Amino acid sequence: MTDSQNYKQRKKEIIITGFGGQGIILAGIILGKAAAIGEHMESTLVQSYGPESRGGSCNAQVVISDEIIHYPYVNQPDILVCMSQSGYDKLIKQMKQRGTLIIDKDLVRPSPGLKDDLFSIPATRMAEELGRVMIANIVMLGFFTAVTDVISMNSIQKAIVESVPKGTEELNSNAFKKGHDYGLATLKGRQKKATGQAGAIS
Amino acid sequence: MTKPAVLTGEYFMTGDVACAEGALAAGCRFFGGYPITPATEIAERMAIRLPQVEGCFIQMEDEIGAMAAILGSSWAGVKSMTATSGPGFSLMMENIGLGICTETPCVVVNVQRGGPSTGLPTQGAQGDMMQARWGSHGHYEIIALAPSSPQEIFYLTITAFNLSEKYRLPVLIMTDEIIGHMSEKVIIPEAKSIKLASRPRPKGRKDRFKPFAPGPNGVAPMPAAGEGYNLHITGLTHDEKGYPVMDVETQTEMMARITEKIQKNLDDIIQTDSYLLDDAEIVIVSYGVSARTSMAAVAEARKLGIKAGLLRLVTIWPFPEDQIRKLADRVKGFVTVEINLGQIHREVERCAGGKVPIFLVGHSGGTIIHPDEVVKMLKEAF
Repeated sequence: MTDSQNYKQRKKEIIITGFGGQGIILAGIILGKAAAIGEHMESTLVQSYGPESRGGSCNAQVVISDEIIHYPYVNQPDILVCMSQSGYDKLIKQMKQRGTLIIDKDLVRPSPGLKDDLFSIPATRMAEELGRVMIANIVMLGFFTAVTDVISMNSIQKAIVESVPKGTEELNSNAFKKGHDYGLATLKGRQKKATGQAGAIS
Repeated sequence: MTKPAVLTGEYFMTGDVACAEGALAAGCRFFGGYPITPATEIAERMAIRLPQVEGCFIQMEDEIGAMAAILGSSWAGVKSMTATSGPGFSLMMENIGLGICTETPCVVVNVQRGGPSTGLPTQGAQGDMMQARWGSHGHYEIIALAPSSPQEIFYLTITAFNLSEKYRLPVLIMTDEIIGHMSEKVIIPEAKSIKLASRPRPKGRKDRFKPFAPGPNGVAPMPAAGEGYNLHITGLTHDEKGYPVMDVETQTEMMARITEKIQKNLDDIIQTDSYLLDDAEIVIVSYGVSARTSMAAVAEARKLGIKAGLLRLVTIWPFPEDQIRKLADRVKGFVTVEINLGQIHREVERCAGGKVPIFLVGHSGGTIIHPDEVVKMLKEAF
């Protein structure tokens, strides 16, 4: 493996998309901060700015790398997190081949026959059950942390506590844990299925 | 509520916020401004932070007033700043000229967006680079700096204050929406490791003091209003006492003073940075956010066997003429990369003096230039 291939593997380009008001930008800030401060890596965040961040379709573009990041925009995400159908429709074509797609399963209906790696969670419904729909973004970050290998749990939990409004730290930590547990359960389920299939073949 | 002016630590911060923190670390204690996208976050941060450090924030009626306010506070002895974008920068031009003529230290930040006129309020560009040089009427010298990251804007804001104090003039920070709004790691050092400059202070008898009589480096000492020195500050052509004298001799003397203090200190003022420049055959000249694009393009070009290198202009004005001239003697050509249709490009062309070909990778504004466009130019043009 050449250095450049190695470099590319350590570089992750992520887009989080949804509606303005869902906390998409805050999720991006938390992710970027967790990488920059917690993991001592390089990270950049560029975000939607303007009317779209107040209700329209918006997105946060995060690049995380071991090396200096020259170009902060994400044209082809390795990981695409969708919390709205319009965000999904707009960005799914840009996703890298063999990229990871993460969706809120109540809000996004993926195209039939999608070959990419798909993870889904009812993040908004779970946030409602926790009492605050606003924390769906943090549930999603918990799920994201469990099903991808981008960021450690310690770094992101620390970044969450530092970034959310004072007095909501516990609520947000619970939201993160719910999402994370759901992610671990999803992975376990897949593992079981894979072993089961392997068993059936042999 | 008091808080430290220097928030030592490690942050994930936007360029706008880092700029405000750099100003506070530099000793800025007055901000006069008028909100405008994409510079509003600088004003917002200063509005929160200045009262914490016993400073003063004022939102003026417009950008003409904002510029006037920072000149006034500077003459009251306080380091001052304003921040704006294209339309506000246009309004500030007249009073920037007043600042140059009255040799008033202050810092003006332009977070550039697409123009002309109201243009593209929420999208970045680098279209005000020549306005920064010549936007106010009359002939003068100016200092303008272009940061390429939130970390650099923190440090360059300190540099801007230091240069403005040392040479007594408005110093411009020419950043852009992309750097202003992007978040990246910013390390704020300990206060004691930050070197600060202050305007030269007068000595001797207060009644015989001349506020425009140059000291050893060509810069006159500067008292604050109310300290007992006789002061007359005017935008009219004035003598060393500051009194208006409208004749050719005084005009010539005054012009020499405000231009030579810059021209004779170029080595102290000009900063550039480079990437793989030593053995480069093709030199990309770029600055601000476009220098990030250019650095990625150089790395890619090297993989393809193209000997490209980057000269990154940190100081835009005074223009690093000597560096371009020297490079023009040994390289095969230049490529200028900037988000306008050729402003600094013309300066590169002028300094290269027709010795080698020069190409432009420009853009009308509204987005960052992709490294692939620069690589394409490197492949096709040479």
